[in-house]
This record gives sequence, C-alpha cells and structure tokens, in this order.
Amino acid sequence: MKKWKAFLPPVTLVMFFIFIWEAGARAVNVSFILPGPSGIIIRLWELKEILFFEHLPATSLIILLGLSISVLLGVSLAVWMHASQAVERAFYPIIISSQMIPIIALAPIFVLWFGYSIWSKVVVTVLITFFPITVSTFDGFRSSSKELKELLLTMGAGKKDIFLKLNVPSALPYFMSGLKVAVTLSVIGAAIGEWLGAQAGLGYFSRRMMTQFDGAGVFAPIVLLSVIGICLFLLVNLLEKYVLKWRKI
Amino acid sequence: MLQFRNISFQYKHNDRTSPLIKSLDMNVHKGELISILGPSGSGKSTLFRLITGLEQPDAGEIRLDGRVFKSLLGRVGYMPQQDLLMPWRTVLDNALLPLELKGIKKEEARKEVLKLLEEFGLSGFEYHFPSDLSGGMRQRVSFLRTILSGADLLLLDEPFSALDAITRLSMQEWLLLQWEKRKKTILFITHDVNEALFLSDRILIVNGTPVHNLEEVQVPLGRPRTIQDLNHPALIQLKDDLLHQLRMKVSR
Repeated sequence: MKKWKAFLPPVTLVMFFIFIWEAGARAVNVSFILPGPSGIIIRLWELKEILFFEHLPATSLIILLGLSISVLLGVSLAVWMHASQAVERAFYPIIISSQMIPIIALAPIFVLWFGYSIWSKVVVTVLITFFPITVSTFDGFRSSSKELKELLLTMGAGKKDIFLKLNVPSALPYFMSGLKVAVTLSVIGAAIGEWLGAQAGLGYFSRRMMTQFDGAGVFAPIVLLSVIGICLFLLVNLLEKYVLKWRKI
Repeated sequence: MLQFRNISFQYKHNDRTSPLIKSLDMNVHKGELISILGPSGSGKSTLFRLITGLEQPDAGEIRLDGRVFKSLLGRVGYMPQQDLLMPWRTVLDNALLPLELKGIKKEEARKEVLKLLEEFGLSGFEYHFPSDLSGGMRQRVSFLRTILSGADLLLLDEPFSALDAITRLSMQEWLLLQWEKRKKTILFITHDVNEALFLSDRILIVNGTPVHNLEEVQVPLGRPRTIQDLNHPALIQLKDDLLHQLRMKVSR
C-alpha cells in the first residue's frame, strides 16, 4: 500500500503528459510529424514481429557486448591505475580528454574500419560507456580508508589481502553507480552506432521509417529502446541492492 | 614482554629538525595493564605506531619477548580509537578477520568466533551489520577482533573516548574482566586521568615533545577494584597530582 502511494505522483504526471500529447497530436492532426501515443502503440503492435524478432535482438546483442567489454576494460584499467602510480599519471588525463572527443562525430570512421558488421556499433557503445565505469571504479579504490589499511597491516595482511578485503569492497558502491550511468548510456551508444551504418537494429529501423515519413514508425522502436534502458537500469538497481545489502537502501 | 632501548623517531615528511621521540627507554612486563597518559598531540599514538610496526624507529631497538623483529607488523594486537569495523561485513565476519588473514578455514573460524561473540554479550547480533550496533557494542566487536589477532600484547588507543560516560564506565569494568580472564598484556592510551587510575597497574606519563623519558606512577590499588575505590583520599590526592602535572605540560 505504501509502495503504491510512492508511485502515485510520477504515474500521475506521466499519465497527464501522455494525455496532453495525445490531445495535442489529435488537434494538430499531422500524424507523420507528430504521432500520438495511441498511434505509436498501434504501430508497435503492427510491427511487432519484425521489431521483436529481428531488430530488438540485434540491438540487445550490441548493448550486451558493448557493456561487457566496457566493464572488463574499465575495471582492468582501474585496477592497473590503482596498482601503479605511473600508469595512473599516464592514463588518467587521456581517459578524461577522451571524453572531450565528440564520439558521435567519430562514429563514421568506425563504420569505415569495421564496415557494417556489429563491431562498429560495439566500439561506439564501448567508447561512451567505459568512461563512467573506469573513473568510478578507480575513485572507489581511492576511497578506501587509510586507517583500515593500517589496521589490516598490523594484523599482518599482505598486499593481496588489502586489495581483496579492503579495496574491492570499498570500490563496489562506486562501481555500481558507474554501471548505472553506463547502462543508460549504452542504449544511446547502440542507437547512434546503428543510425550511422547498420542492416538491422532498432536505431537503424527508426531511421529507415524516417525516410518513409512514418512518424509512428520512428517512435515505436524508440519506445523499445527506452524500455531496454529502463529494464537494464532496474536490473542494475536490483543487483546493487543484493551486492550492497549492508547499505540497506 | 616489550622493551624500548634508546628509541629515537621523527616523521620523515616533517620539516621539524627536533625528533618526536628521543632516546626513549621503556619496559612492559608480561600480564601488566599499563596506561599511557598525556595530552592530545603529545606523541602517544606515535609510540603505538612504533610498537605495531607501522613506523620504524630511526635509532634504538624494540624487543618483543626478548627478540628484535625485522618487522613488528602482525605480531601485536592493535585496537584503534574509532572502531574501524568494515561496514560491509557482518559482526561475525568483522570479528574473524584476523583469523581469515592467518588462513584459517572459514568454517573453523566461524565456530570459534560464534562462541566468543556469546561471551562478549553479542549473541543475536552475529549476522547484523555494524551500523545496527551501539557504540559500546561496536567497541566490543573491535576488541574481540583485536584479541583474535592472537597476540599477547594488545595496544588500545583511546578505545572508549567516543562513548558516553555511563557506557564508558561499564566498558572499563568489562575490559578489566576480559583482561583478567585472558591473561593478556595491555597498553592503554588515554587522556582521562580517572580511566588511567581505574584500569592500570602503572601509569606512564608522556611529558612534552620530544618524548625523552616517561614518568612512572604506580597505582596503589589492588584487584579486583570497583569504581568506588577511586574515592579513597590517597587516590584523590594522586589524581590531583596527575592533573596538575598534565596541566603544566600543556601550558609549557
């Protein structure tokens, strides 16, 4: 009952927004430019087979591959930077400045390099998701308490003990926050990648519908993309609650 | 048990040329409970950092059980001022940390620690996280962890200073009980004269920097003692003297 009450304000607001949108769309009545929510849902239903069985799996694969590589790469880099100050000094500025490069502008080059294969899209996804994971994990390592480290030393702990029993648990909340940011970005990354060069995927499909002046057809895959993003976010949230039980959120 | 021979020490990053500790001698016998009394910033904690092995003396030698070790890390039990429990570990897992570091199997360690937790009045909280516990309970977990390090010499760095007066008193009584039962040697840092008098056999007073020699005061009380023993005229006199001495140190 209490939980339901907490959901009431956002649900009301969303309902209100959808209502205004629908009313506006009907008033304007140019469905290929401004389709109403009902039109989008109907189109989603009409296109369900091709969307759910062809384009959704293609995009999901890009997202999952991109995220996995990002986590692997980001965490390894964070561990390496934590282990060696020279590595930190060398890499940290590069990682930060890599975020100043407009990756969307770079994406066509990846198409040039990797062709229309899945890898051009995965590279774009990795490039925009590894940053939050690397930086947050590294900051997490750095957040380890110095006093606890000294206490562990007085207990005769070695480097490996301190890393596994202090640094890793200290970094975990930071890593989870980074992962939350990364999963939402991963959807954007995959969609951008597909816009620029793909033969399947929700981003590609949305763009194709644009050329056909099918407004509702543009929105339908976007709805699915958002749903993927929300699901991934909730999944990470759940994982966080389980892994960080002690925080009692 | 523990001997300081001509110890000198100074922090490396410090520009000060005068050392913090200068040719200091000190003796701790087996089974004693000794308080190190002094105002804040007088170098008490530095003494502990030397004994635990977190810092190395610039000159002189520290003998533990008559031996000079290359590193004292892992040989002395240390209980810090803040309880420093790991918030992500349950009470049980916090307490068994030293056993885990020694490579004892988790099952075995759990069995041993569960028994002790009951003795320490912590049963029912084994699987709780430290954030569920009161300050006194957290310090008891921290003390148990220190005991489980297996060392015979325990260093307690103002462990009760963050507790309220009533909890502090019951923790002091509890500490005496544990000390008598477990036959450990305890070095206890404090800036509280009452605490020093109530707990210790001897009080060592840190007299300004550099720490050169520690003034020694015997506490004329037998054991077991109660807090009422501190009302004895002789002790009130001693307490006044100690306070007077400390005040002189601060104003100097």
